[in-house]
Amino acid sequence: MNPEDLHYTPSHEWVRIDGDVGTIGITDYAQKELGEIVYLELPEVGHVFNAGDEFGTVESVKAVSELFTPVSGEIVEVNKGAVAEPGIVNDDPFGDGWLIKTKLTTDEEVGKLMTAEQYATYVQQEEKER
Amino acid sequence: MSAPARATALKRTSLYDLHRELGAKLIDFGGWEMPVQYSGILQEHRAVRERVGIFDVSHMGELEFSGTGALAALQWLTPNDVSRLSDGRCHYSAFLTNRGTYVDDLLVYRKAEDSWMLVVNAANTPKDFEWAKSHERGNVRVADASDRYALIAVQGPRAAALVARVAAEDPSDLDYYAFREISILGEPTLVSRTGYTGEDGFEICLASERAERVFRRLLEEGRSDGAMPCGLGARDTLRLEAKMALYGNDIDDTVTPWEADLGWTVKMKKGEFLGRDALERQKAEGVPRKLVGFEMVDRGIARHGYPARTAHGEGVVTSGTHSPTLGKPIGLALLPARAAGVGTEFEIDIRGRNAKARVVETPFYKRPKEAR
Repeated sequence: MNPEDLHYTPSHEWVRIDGDVGTIGITDYAQKELGEIVYLELPEVGHVFNAGDEFGTVESVKAVSELFTPVSGEIVEVNKGAVAEPGIVNDDPFGDGWLIKTKLTTDEEVGKLMTAEQYATYVQQEEKER
Repeated sequence: MSAPARATALKRTSLYDLHRELGAKLIDFGGWEMPVQYSGILQEHRAVRERVGIFDVSHMGELEFSGTGALAALQWLTPNDVSRLSDGRCHYSAFLTNRGTYVDDLLVYRKAEDSWMLVVNAANTPKDFEWAKSHERGNVRVADASDRYALIAVQGPRAAALVARVAAEDPSDLDYYAFREISILGEPTLVSRTGYTGEDGFEICLASERAERVFRRLLEEGRSDGAMPCGLGARDTLRLEAKMALYGNDIDDTVTPWEADLGWTVKMKKGEFLGRDALERQKAEGVPRKLVGFEMVDRGIARHGYPARTAHGEGVVTSGTHSPTLGKPIGLALLPARAAGVGTEFEIDIRGRNAKARVVETPFYKRPKEAR
């Protein structure tokens, strides 16, 4: 299930807002679609991204996928544990498998993202179209 | 995350319904809707290296050559020496263009002097059939039997024991690259000791309509061995670790056997064959580039098509993945011959980032001797 307190993108990332810090990861649906994740390329602390920018890549044995940040901000922390053991993104995509933390530039972007319910409907629709 | 590719109208093997039932994730592979994985590529890969895996490879094509001129026709069409094959033996070979480049790579099976079978790549089957018909010489009949046959690969150190329990006789005495007719569940099948994984194993060629019963039986009987159904994802990582070429990735109609490090499949002394003149020329002039194995020095996975830069010119990555056995990225690349020596470092453009790689000895994985 997609946690209720997160905000979701159409490219299957999520962000959890805690004050002015957003924690970003990929959804359970995304990790299932990718299969076993073997490699993560994430930016360094201090990089600044606008919402929708590519901030890194996630690779399974079979494929590489770009990661897009849901919100604008400066990277304040990168999940080094996930870089070392990318399998935790498969095991716990909404928890220990988070990817980056960013200091939000604005609090106005979050409202444009999907709620858990909207995202669930979106995924259903996407699956139907395949 | 970027969106996954979508499937269009695709061909299916006779095992399609079973794949669905087993929960396979299906993908478009050369126009076929095939399982890329069931439980996961890493698990399936491990099952084959340590125990046994069962693959549907029915998408592969089968061309039958018959008639008194079959041997002579194949001697002309393929670069390996078919006169060296006795009944019940097969070998790795190819169809080559008059430039000496690959139309396809394939296995040639000799059933009898006037009865042969070629197993070819799925996407190339129609092309190969046309090629054979338009280039054959003499008294030979060529037929595309691909729709009649299914092909099931049973691969891994426990493959022989598993096939022995399911079949009417034990295939363990078969040499590598030998085959014979063996009855499975009361039906005749052709069992060959061949594979595309670098492990011991068998490929079972049988009537399409019998495939599901046999596949189910192998799974059931293999449960106590830890057998798993395996998809094309694991097939790709397994073959890459064993440095087996994949048509469309590592070899195609721009690559010769000399360049692909497959010179052992070319028997120049046997006489005339298609592509021979070009190969002779290239050998005399010097082979401009070589297919080599590499490991990454910097972080990253280099994939098919990524540009490579060496001290002696440009190259290209032809295959690349995360090696489940070695736990690190590996790949194959076509590099200028002078940059192809083991130990040579070069750079790969990984989506705009220059990452260092190093030419290494291949295969990346060789099965332990005691496995046989």
